[in-house]
Amino acid sequence: MSYLELLKLASPEAVVVLTALVVLSVSLVAERAAAACAFVAALGIVLAIVAVLFLPRNETLFGGMLVISPLTSLFKIICLALAFFTILLTRAEKAPRHPGEFLALVLLATVGLMLLVGSEELLMIFIGLELLGLSLYVMAAFDKTDVRSAEAGLKYFLFGSTSSAFTLFGISLIYGVSGATGLAAISTNLATTSVQPLLGVGIVMTLVGFAFKIAAAPFHLWAPDAYQGAPVPSAAFIASGSKVASFVVLGKIVLIGFAPVRGSAGWHAMVAGWSPVLATLAALSIVIGNLVALAQSNVRRLLAYSAVAHAGYTLIGFVAGDREGFSAALFYTTVYAVTLVGAFGVVGVVRRETGGDNFSNFSGLASRSPLLAGCMAVFMLSLAGIPPLAGFFGKFYLFSVALHAGANHSLLWLVALGLVGSFVSLYYYLLVLKAIFVDAASLAAGEQAERMRSDFLQRATVTLLAAAVVLLGVMPNTLASRILAAVPQNL
Amino acid sequence: MIAWTIYLTFGGAVLLLLLPRAFARWIALLATMAGLALGTVVFVSTPIADLAHFATIVRVPWVPALGMNYHLALDGVSLTMVLVTGISAVSTVLFSWDVEHRQNEFFFWLLLVVAGCYGVFLSADLFLLFVFYELVIVPKYFLIAIFGSTNKEYGAMKLTLYSFFGGMFVFVGILVAYVNGGSLDLNQLSQFEFSPQLQSWAFPVLFLGFAVLAGIWPLHTWAPTGHAAAPTAGSMLLAGIVMKLGSYAGLRVAMNLFPQGFQMWSKWIAVLAVIGIVYAAAVALRQCDLKFVIGYSSVSHMGFVLLGLATANALGVSGAVLQMFSHGVIAALLFAVAGRMIYRRTHTRELDALSGMNLSHAMPFAAFTFVVATAASMGIPGFSGFAAEITILIGAWKTYPIAVWIAGAGIVLVAAFTLRALKLSFFGEKAVQGEVTTVTTLSREEFNPITIPEKIGACMLMLTTLAVGVYPKLLLDRIMPAVETMRFLK
Repeated sequence: MSYLELLKLASPEAVVVLTALVVLSVSLVAERAAAACAFVAALGIVLAIVAVLFLPRNETLFGGMLVISPLTSLFKIICLALAFFTILLTRAEKAPRHPGEFLALVLLATVGLMLLVGSEELLMIFIGLELLGLSLYVMAAFDKTDVRSAEAGLKYFLFGSTSSAFTLFGISLIYGVSGATGLAAISTNLATTSVQPLLGVGIVMTLVGFAFKIAAAPFHLWAPDAYQGAPVPSAAFIASGSKVASFVVLGKIVLIGFAPVRGSAGWHAMVAGWSPVLATLAALSIVIGNLVALAQSNVRRLLAYSAVAHAGYTLIGFVAGDREGFSAALFYTTVYAVTLVGAFGVVGVVRRETGGDNFSNFSGLASRSPLLAGCMAVFMLSLAGIPPLAGFFGKFYLFSVALHAGANHSLLWLVALGLVGSFVSLYYYLLVLKAIFVDAASLAAGEQAERMRSDFLQRATVTLLAAAVVLLGVMPNTLASRILAAVPQNL
Repeated sequence: MIAWTIYLTFGGAVLLLLLPRAFARWIALLATMAGLALGTVVFVSTPIADLAHFATIVRVPWVPALGMNYHLALDGVSLTMVLVTGISAVSTVLFSWDVEHRQNEFFFWLLLVVAGCYGVFLSADLFLLFVFYELVIVPKYFLIAIFGSTNKEYGAMKLTLYSFFGGMFVFVGILVAYVNGGSLDLNQLSQFEFSPQLQSWAFPVLFLGFAVLAGIWPLHTWAPTGHAAAPTAGSMLLAGIVMKLGSYAGLRVAMNLFPQGFQMWSKWIAVLAVIGIVYAAAVALRQCDLKFVIGYSSVSHMGFVLLGLATANALGVSGAVLQMFSHGVIAALLFAVAGRMIYRRTHTRELDALSGMNLSHAMPFAAFTFVVATAASMGIPGFSGFAAEITILIGAWKTYPIAVWIAGAGIVLVAAFTLRALKLSFFGEKAVQGEVTTVTTLSREEFNPITIPEKIGACMLMLTTLAVGVYPKLLLDRIMPAVETMRFLK
């Protein structure tokens, strides 16, 4: 295998890295740096998407370090699209002081996403996680004029590095027990060795590391401050791209790598394995996320706690196991990511026009900007699981798969918990919409009582994302069938 | 062709968002009238024999991997409900002709509710039915919270959360049916034999979920609060049609899919229904706000529907469907008078205050309409309420004779609170405020006259209830064959 062939197979990642470097150079040279850099970055992402489309259908290198399959290609495209929208959102926020650096970080984080998605080998996964994580820590702390940004970055970094340590310990223990780092090889070896306590420790530590990444309770404490304090594009990227890639990787690890030690999370049929661990994480996330979100008065913090709850719902898909569960979980997290980017887009506009993102800043948004209010309604209702939006189909898919999976409805407890969580969540999403549609403009927003002058680009982005959410709800087959077809047959 | 009722209503809803405010009510009127016209044309032109089975209209694959199809079907029961939705929708738009603020949003949410109702009544796929069922929930919130009156934010949130709460149980029931039956198609599932043990717990979960929306006692408290808080059009539609979504779906889904479960639990449904009839009537007797009286009367009438369903014989269930139609019209009429005709002009709904205004002289048309409406509500022969209730009671006599005795007592209570409300609101002679007794006779010139759209809407509703009351065979001919082929009767 020559380096040229390797480069061809890794062309999307290479394109994005090159774009990052070009953006850095452009920012040194160009007059209106922000616009030029954003244009270059967006162009680079589009080229990377084209490069993904030109990849071969199936290829595995170095024992799983770089895997090209329909699933990885699909999710590379999804991650690149999410990065694209994040770049569009950087135009919405007040211009960061060093736009070139910020965009380069976004692009490097995207490389991390692609490495994560395209890998089925533990070491490469860890490298991807670190690349993603380090970029995100800096992105979260990027606004040096805001103390909350520094708080967000520091908390995210402290939590993140600790959980990276957990992940690394876990990975090394797994290696010790199974003697391999490629997921397929681990699975084969685990099937033959006897179950040891050390294996259990290794699995739990790895899962803990990933639970941090997906903001599952009780490893979610970084999320509220990161979502609220970080600059809007950073928060949007953390909420969307990072989550999607983490779920893809987590799914591959547990469903491919740890397949022999699955266990069962059925109500009267609990068997030790990773399944009950994920079920516990899911249950805790749903309960804690929804209950604490009830008490919030800041929209971004509310979105953070709702993110915890949605991580819980998605984990139900993994607990169900097999192809259907994986596919349902991936569909749900994709739809969720699109919705969150859109929601953060609206939050960014409101923040710029009224100086904050509490409920009072959103009051009367319907009269100031009906389009943004309508789009926010679409996003909030999709998160609540109201038809005909994408979130509703996602939940139906997840819950039906979960109920189908266990014999004799053994996962009914988890499904019921998920439904109760959705019910509770409707209340706080309606509170946001109440502020937007029902409340008259409050004092904080009163000065901006005239029609909000928002950028055409922001409006277009948010409208496009809202339309995507509606479309995915009315015609979910476009995405669902693709994901189901892409998920490998032998899970 | 009847599927176009859904598409035209949705299309109208989206269209009026994009056009200037002045057009909103006209587009809404056109869309609802088109829906009514389609319903009437299909009603008149379809041979009765074709309506006996749940015949497919449209069946297009939606998500093949999960077995979801866009599947619409029609039978006599569905057609009756589509017709009453059309009538109620047109009258709702007519009675909202004078909405002043944010007309686009008002009619958008209204048309969404109507379209969702059409969808539920025509759905033959479990997932599709659930989509339309849940779709109606959020527009209700905005209609009440933005455009409502008394305690609107609390009423809106309570109503919405209760509906979603019921939807939760429905979701579980639907998932269980889907996972065990392997299909989402209602026709296929109604052939499937679920195990009796499964049915024993799945049926109550599913039926209870639907019955929350139908106002079953004791999960009914959202209805009076919500309907009193809603704007007139909202109350007309919510009490008239949306509550029927619950009972219709209970019939179409719960009773057909889990017939043995239904047999096990039908007695308890009858018990709760009868309690609801009497309890709601008794509470209505004590209300001071006219809209609350009507709200509780809606719960009481829905109790009759649930009683009819619980009888498990063709006559009782047909009576229940007829009562769904009849109450849809009557509730619309009652709320129209209380909300639009009275409240908009006198700005009060307190019975004590109204009794001092001698409204029968000041608003003779409104008084006439309210007399007709209360007569129909009480079950006076000649109006649709009598035809429906007598059919239900005859059906109930065969299965639960005691229920007939108790419901009979309930009917007396219904007459009591209805007559009290009628007398105090329109024919009162003195108002008691504190220690002072005042008598005022307000003349006709004090109030804006009843507008033409209001008159048209009122006449439409009154004629409907009269026509069905005088000739119920018109509807029963189409309802009974459809009910007789339903599975739970065999």
